[in-house]
Amino acid sequence: MPPEGSVGVVTAQQARFEDPVALQSGARLYGYELAFETYGSLNAARSNAVLVCHALNASHHVAGFYADNPADVGWWDNLIGPGKPVDTDRFFVIGVNNIGGCHGSTGPASINSSTGQPWGADFPLVTVEDWVEVQARLATYLGIERFAAVMGGSLGAMQAMQWAISQPRRVAHAVVIAAAPKLSAQNIAFNEVARQAITTDPDFYGGNYYSRGVVPKRGLRIARMIGHITYLSDDAMAEKFGRGLREGGFKFNFDVEFQIESYLRYQADKFAEHFDANTYLRITKALDYFDPAAARGGDLSAALEPASAKFLVVSFTSDWRFSPARSREIVKALLDNRLRVSYAEIDAPHGHDAFLMDDARYHNLIRAYFRNIAREVSVQ
Amino acid sequence: MMPSATPASLSARPDFLAIAKWIRSEAKVLDLGCGDGSLLRHLNEARGVTGYGMEIDDANVLACVGNGVNVLQYDLESGLSGFENGSFDYVILSQTLQAIRHTERIVNEMLRVGREGIVTFPNFGYWRPRLQVLTGNMPVSKALPYEWYDTPNIHLFTIDDFEQFCAKHGIRILERNVMVDGRPVRWMPNLRGSLAVYRFDRAARAA
Repeated sequence: MPPEGSVGVVTAQQARFEDPVALQSGARLYGYELAFETYGSLNAARSNAVLVCHALNASHHVAGFYADNPADVGWWDNLIGPGKPVDTDRFFVIGVNNIGGCHGSTGPASINSSTGQPWGADFPLVTVEDWVEVQARLATYLGIERFAAVMGGSLGAMQAMQWAISQPRRVAHAVVIAAAPKLSAQNIAFNEVARQAITTDPDFYGGNYYSRGVVPKRGLRIARMIGHITYLSDDAMAEKFGRGLREGGFKFNFDVEFQIESYLRYQADKFAEHFDANTYLRITKALDYFDPAAARGGDLSAALEPASAKFLVVSFTSDWRFSPARSREIVKALLDNRLRVSYAEIDAPHGHDAFLMDDARYHNLIRAYFRNIAREVSVQ
Repeated sequence: MMPSATPASLSARPDFLAIAKWIRSEAKVLDLGCGDGSLLRHLNEARGVTGYGMEIDDANVLACVGNGVNVLQYDLESGLSGFENGSFDYVILSQTLQAIRHTERIVNEMLRVGREGIVTFPNFGYWRPRLQVLTGNMPVSKALPYEWYDTPNIHLFTIDDFEQFCAKHGIRILERNVMVDGRPVRWMPNLRGSLAVYRFDRAARAA
């Protein structure tokens, strides 16, 4: 029996698309595959679909678990499932792995059909706009003309914003959690340190490490550590680890001594086991490039002019990566366009990662918002 | 009025009923300190009014979202800088002005982002609080339910005080509704009224 509120055993699906996609970089991708999962069922009116966009480290595996690996629980399983805030008894929820990813969709580790070799360094750089274009094709493939909601946290929330801008007729609600309208110089700086860690790893080979049977794990580990530090708040780290030592006293060497070191190394090892370095480089670049206002002279309000969706914007007080002030920039631009928007600032201690946590104030808010969406779509 | 047109939470607030009568259909409204959003919801359902509520309290924000009301979890005191000039037909501040630190700033901001302002407040000139002060204690009543040491009300004032404030700050009073127990008070309102509701705008500047 699956635990209560779980969608239970899920199976990833693959869809193949032959229509080439023109990427923002100017490159073209001739045919690609997308890995996705769905939970709940699409109603007869096809009006109850919710697209969940993933952030930097995640995938299409949003909820439930795999029959052959019950420990592999979806990354937003605490939010999505039967009776959960995003209730799969009411909604048809879709998770999709973005192109350039490493969880089943076409990415740098996939075989380039024109060479018969893995893409490696030749896989083009992709952007949030590209992802939304490709996600829209998946929606069409699944027979969904308009989403009841497109939602995400962090980079996933940027995709929800981009949906509202570039596919305004296809999204009724955009749920934008722990987001920013663009990265700050500091945000980009952290990403650049992560990329440098990877690209200077001797096992990186300019991105063509697949054929050599190696993985730039040292770089990936450091990239993950850097990222992870920015996901947590100082308070959350102090609370969880403080200056605690693994053993009683100092050893006066460079082994693991502090609990936080041990935690970071564990997270890094786990991440480097399964994540592809070329994907990590590309996703951090997609983050850096995201800036819908740029095409409108830096005017975010102008950038959001095409949008017609209703918005829920949520930030977390302890998030210093994308602070509440960044969310308020988004809200300001939505207000300038007289769009329907609610904004909540959740007083949560966890930092940026709060969007993944089971916090009652946060989850109750999402639940209330999706109940209203359910009412809307049931009368359509 | 039909019972269905007056939600329970609304009928308990005579100032809301007074406000609802003043607001034009299809108007754009900003409700500062909007509570659970019941006024905005009522205005939307009854008059097609659209707008936003501003509210700092978590439980109220949740209630607003449940009510389908657009709510922004902003602190009023940090200003209405998120709004452009003249964004709204009305900006409402109900039962909150007495708890605001920067009174002049909030009223000026109301008239910057809105064409008209509406405020409601407990009248400190009402005879009951006067009597309580006269007998030597700070007033505690239904309208002013706090003890002096735990009250959020830092700027208690009377109907006369408010009208002097308006005169001094170039604010034109358009309409006034003074009540006691939900009934209108016309004679000696500053003494006999416990609750005041005002609609005002910016007086045209002299040439």
